[in-house]
Order: sequence, then C-alpha cells, then structure tokens
Amino acid sequence: MKKHKKVYVYQGFERFWHWNQALLIFILAITGFEIHSSYKLLGFETAVEIHNKAAWGFIILIIFAIFWHFTTGEWKQYIPTTKNLMAQAQFYLLGIFKNAPHPTQKTLLSKLNPLQRLVYLGLKLLVIPVMVISGLLFMFYRYPHGTQIEMINIDNLEIIALIHTAGAFAVMAFVLVHLYLITTGHTITSNLKAMITGWEDLDGVETDENDNDDQQTKTTGNGSE
Amino acid sequence: MKKFTKAIIFFLAIVAPLLIVTVALRQPPRDNSQLEALRAGYPVRHQSGVDHSKMEILQKDFTNPHEITAACLSCHTERGVELLHSAHFAWEREAFIPGRGVTYLGKKNLLNNYCTGVQSNEGSCMKCHAGYGWNSKEFDFGNPLNIDCVVCHDNTGTYAKATGGGGYPVMGAGGPDFKAILGSMGLPKSENCGNCHFLGGGGNNVKHGDLEMALLKAGRNVDVHMGVDGAHMNCVDCHSAENHVMKGRYYGVSSTNDNRLSCEECHTGFPHQKTILNEHSVKVACQTCHIPVYAKVNPTKMYWDWSTATRKKDGKGYEIKDAEGNQIYASIKGDFVWQKNVVPEYAWFNGTADHHLLTDKVDTTQAFLKINTLFGEYRDRNSKIIPMKVHRGKQPYDTKNLTIIQAKLWDKEQGKGALWLDLEWERAIEEGMAYVNMPYSGKHDFIATEMYMPVNHMVSVSSEAVSCKECHTRENGRLASLTDFYMPGRDRNEWLDISGKLLLIMSFAGIVVHAAIRIMASRRRAMNHQL
Repeated sequence: MKKHKKVYVYQGFERFWHWNQALLIFILAITGFEIHSSYKLLGFETAVEIHNKAAWGFIILIIFAIFWHFTTGEWKQYIPTTKNLMAQAQFYLLGIFKNAPHPTQKTLLSKLNPLQRLVYLGLKLLVIPVMVISGLLFMFYRYPHGTQIEMINIDNLEIIALIHTAGAFAVMAFVLVHLYLITTGHTITSNLKAMITGWEDLDGVETDENDNDDQQTKTTGNGSE
Repeated sequence: MKKFTKAIIFFLAIVAPLLIVTVALRQPPRDNSQLEALRAGYPVRHQSGVDHSKMEILQKDFTNPHEITAACLSCHTERGVELLHSAHFAWEREAFIPGRGVTYLGKKNLLNNYCTGVQSNEGSCMKCHAGYGWNSKEFDFGNPLNIDCVVCHDNTGTYAKATGGGGYPVMGAGGPDFKAILGSMGLPKSENCGNCHFLGGGGNNVKHGDLEMALLKAGRNVDVHMGVDGAHMNCVDCHSAENHVMKGRYYGVSSTNDNRLSCEECHTGFPHQKTILNEHSVKVACQTCHIPVYAKVNPTKMYWDWSTATRKKDGKGYEIKDAEGNQIYASIKGDFVWQKNVVPEYAWFNGTADHHLLTDKVDTTQAFLKINTLFGEYRDRNSKIIPMKVHRGKQPYDTKNLTIIQAKLWDKEQGKGALWLDLEWERAIEEGMAYVNMPYSGKHDFIATEMYMPVNHMVSVSSEAVSCKECHTRENGRLASLTDFYMPGRDRNEWLDISGKLLLIMSFAGIVVHAAIRIMASRRRAMNHQL
C-alpha cells in the first residue's frame, strides 16, 4: 500500500528564503517587542538599530521572493480553494488523533493544503504588507532632505504604531502555530527535514505528473509506523 | 559536483546571512571632522583694530558718566541711535501677540516670578540697565547720552554700577578707574554679560539656573562650550550682534519667533552620525537631550513664596539659611526652595509666548497663574520639545480687582513704603500700585504662580546626553507629562496589548492541548497494537 517517493519539494532559493525570513522575523520580534517596552534585553538603542536594519533585510528578501514566486509560477500555490477545506480542518481537529491520513496530498504542484493556502495568502497579502508599510511610515514620517529633516503630513503616529503592534501579535501567533504544525507531517520531523534538505517522502505515484485535482482520493496510507 | 553544490548552498543559507548581519551591524568609524572644523574656528582670537588706550579723548578725568558716553559717540557716531532701539537699553520690544495685537513689552513693564517687576523699584533694578539714571518714570529713553557703553565693553572687569544708583557708577574717589577701563574697551567678555545675566534675581544663579558665575571658570563637564579646558567660548561667540541687536531670545520677556539663536547655526541640521538622532530634530530641540541637568555647580531658586514675607523676630526682619548656606527664608522676600543638578521639565514650544500683564485679570479658578505662556503642541509644525526651568511661587494679588500686585520693594530710605525696608505689605502695595496707575481695593492675598524659562546653557558633553530609554520608557520618563502624541516605548494601547497577549496565550494553550491529545492517542494506539 505504501507508495512513497523521495521528491525534491523545496528548491534551494525557497529554503534560503524561508530560513532567512524565519531568522529575520525572529530578530524583528525580539527587538520589536523590546522597543515596545515589553522587556529589557539588548537596550532600547541597540534594539532600534537592529530592528531597522533587519527591516531592510526583510524588505530586500521579500523583493527577491516576489520575483521568485512570479518567475517560477510558484505563486499559484497560494490560490485559495474551498475544496477539502473542511476536511483539512476536521483532520487537524479529529483525524490527526486517530492517525487518519492527511486529506490533502502534498505534491510538487500543490505543496499546501487548503488551510495553509488561506493562511499563507493572508500572511503574504495582508499581514506582511501591513507590517512593511506601517514600518516604513514609522521610519520615514520624517526623513533627511537636503540640509534638513523633512516630515510627511502625519498628525499622529499612534494609528501607525497600533497597526504595527497588532500585526506583530498576529505574526507571533502565526509563528507559534506554524512551529507546532511542523510536527504534523508524516513523521514528527519529516516537514522540518524537508525544509532543511528540500527532499521529502511524498505519497502517491508519479508525483511529477499528477494532476492537482484527482489526488485526494488516491490517498491510501501513510508512513508513520 | 554535488559536494560543490552543497557547499554553495551551505554558504548561501547560513554564512551569507551571518555575513550580512555582521556588516549591517558594523559601526562606522566616528567622523568628527565637522566638530573639529568648529573647534579649529574658535581659537582664532579677535584682533581689535583700535587701541582705545591711545585715544586722547578717553584719557580725560571724567566726573559725569554721560560725558563718557559723549566721548564714545564722538567716534562711534551712529551707535547711540542704534542702542536706543536695542532691548538692552529700551527694555521692551515691539511684538505681535495673538489676542493682544501689537504690544510693547519687556523688562520695563512685564511681570516676573521673582521680584514681580521693576516698576517703582527702578533705583535698585537699574543696576542692570545699560543706561544711566533710570530712577523714575521720567527717564528719557530717547537720549543717547543716557546709554552706558562701559558696562558691556569694559575689558578690565573692574567697572561696577552703584547699588541703588539707578544705573550710575560711583564717580571720583572710590569709583572705578575709568582711565584703565576706557583704555580697555572692546568686545564684551562673558564677565560683562554675567554681571547681570548670572546675578539676576538677587544673587548668583538665582534666576536662570543655567547661567551663573561658575561658567567663567568651570570645565567642559559643566558647559561644553564655555569650559576653560575646551573651546572656552565667550557669550558673544554665539550671541553675536548686528547693530547692537543681540541674537537670542529669553521668553520671560520675549514673545516672537525671530532672532532666535539655534545650535544648528554652527552644528548644522545633521550633527549626528546616526540618522535617527538627526531625525529627532523635527520634534525635539538639541537642548532637550544635551542639557540633562542644569544648575550643575551652584543651586538655583525653584520656588519663591511671597506670602510668608514680613515676618519679624523681636520686631526685626530676619533670615534663615540651610546647611549649605542657601537663604531659605528672608523677612523681606519670603520662603525659598533651592535646587542643584535639576532635571528640566519639558514643553512643546514654537518660539512664541504670551505674558500675564499687570492689567490682565487673575483667574482664581485655575490651580496656578502662568506668568508667561509658551505656545506649542505636537501638531504644530514649528513646535519642538524644549527643556525648561519652571519657577513656581506665590505672588500677591488684589482679591477684588483680580490683578497681580506690583508692590514697592525698594527705596533709599525707610518710611517711604518700601517692603524691604519697612516690612509692611499694605503700604508697599499702595505705593506700588499707585506708581503703575492701577487701583488697589485694599484686600490682597497670594496666588500660586508658575514661570517657564527655557534652558539653553550648561550643555553637557555628548557622552552625558539624555539616553533613549530616559524618554522611551513606559513609566516616569522625562517626557511623561507631554501626552499629546504617541511615543514608541512609552505609549501603547492597553486593550491591544491585552488582546495580543491573549491571542498568544490561547494559541499556545491550543497547541499544548492538541499535542497532549495527540501523544495520548498515539500511546493508546501503540498499546492496542502490542495487544
């Protein structure tokens, strides 16, 4: 019944992007919440400096990632679908405890299950842009211009600051759940290994040729024994 | 080939980010060239084109100080008229104040939170007037011969005006050596300015807190500009003058945002290496960070309560001094509080101010009366946060007419109603109010007052500048009282923070529960399997 095949799921850039993004989000969170006076760690000044530099790193990384998504067509991975959405939710809430099979089969053409599609799309289209834009406004509501410092017409930083704070909490919640969901692959570590090495055991046959739509039904087993 | 790829991937994934982070965090070497250029510019000593000791006209035996002025004006023919319009002589400025229109205000007619005002006390106060003979309302402000040139331009440091002389020096025997003094005439030294600006309010550092005699001898640790072990700058190095109009504003007497002196004139708008510090200058004045404390050497008066004045012991006035020798009570003036190394208070300020005039009504519903009002707020593009000394106290006011009372404090002799000599309020008030042509109902009380004095001197060395965390902190930061804006590190929305934390806690709890069920379920399965 087992039809496993080692497949190269995550390309080099994808992994490079993923891990750097992880590192940067970690740095931004640590320093950001210190700037928010949630705790003392590096010192306010150092925290601000690192936060601003990491923010630039993040923006540069995003630009490369956007380019990569469009040139490789990988952006299609995030097209939302309602198909199996409920099944996927049921899996996480019930099936997973009974060792039931994943309702959505991971393939090269569809690496993300319907829930992941929704969440990652929200992250990419809503949360991250909001964080980047509010962050840039934070940085540039006053800026050097010629021999003096100019300022854009902002009467109050508060709304920007609060949006940035709310976004930070949202990203943190995502990271928490994301870290946990790593363990819900075929084995506890298979997702992690895949994101490190790029290779993952995928169910089904002829993965490369498989069409997105007729995979779910073919799922017959899993490799967790 | 594959080994090669692995090495490259390893480099890209792990080493490259670390490299980027390291490079990004590297501190650029300090570039002090701008500061060095400034430092190099100041030691150039002013070389006077004239040796006044060679001027025959100045070597006369002067018996009348007006003749000295005449001698000065015989060469400097146009300076006299110039001086007539300067604040140092006229003691007033033309200013447009919103709500008041065009006003002519200055030390001449304004209130202050120390001795209330100069009117009716000219004989004593005019020791600090750049003129001769302002003893009464009859003083002629249009006569150039009434100007005292010497008080500012004496370079010997020996000139002195007589106490209670209405601005006149002692002439003849016992008076200053005018031959030496007039021979030395030149650009004002800090001592010249300090004679009035350091000693104002009745003693050293009483009034300003950041201007005092110690500045003449102190090092950079007290004032980075005037420090004798540093640039050793003079007052007029910054407070330069064009046609005797000095640069700089003191908002105890000024009202308009012009002719101000700013740090940027020398230090430019980009004095810091770190852009983020330069960017603070949009909303924060240089002084705010660079003057962390004032009154660094000697204490300054922070509080003056006139209501306790005129107390007597054995029928006589007395004074009390604290352990450090500061006068904390005097029958002639009331109670004082002195402080040293004072942390400034902060305010938004756009360079314009209003003043409580003698004719203005007192609003007794307010907690205190503002002797002067500094305008500004966060939303105002011209406003910056500035440090200030807030001088608090109690001043006499007419409880029926609701006006501040200008009492007569000084006279040459007893029995003429001067508070300082007779220690009696009623007569002093009647005399003073009559002098300023204001009615007095016969009933007086004392009202709490505040006066706001921007702090601009005693600039500290850069290493002592206020650090980020002193303002960007949740509680008790330096700017805690300025609440009309959002400051990162200080402000937050409590509901947002609580919701955010709840979200994280719930997520975590969800994970724990989910994981626990998973583990239990898998154990049960394993047991079933074994069976």
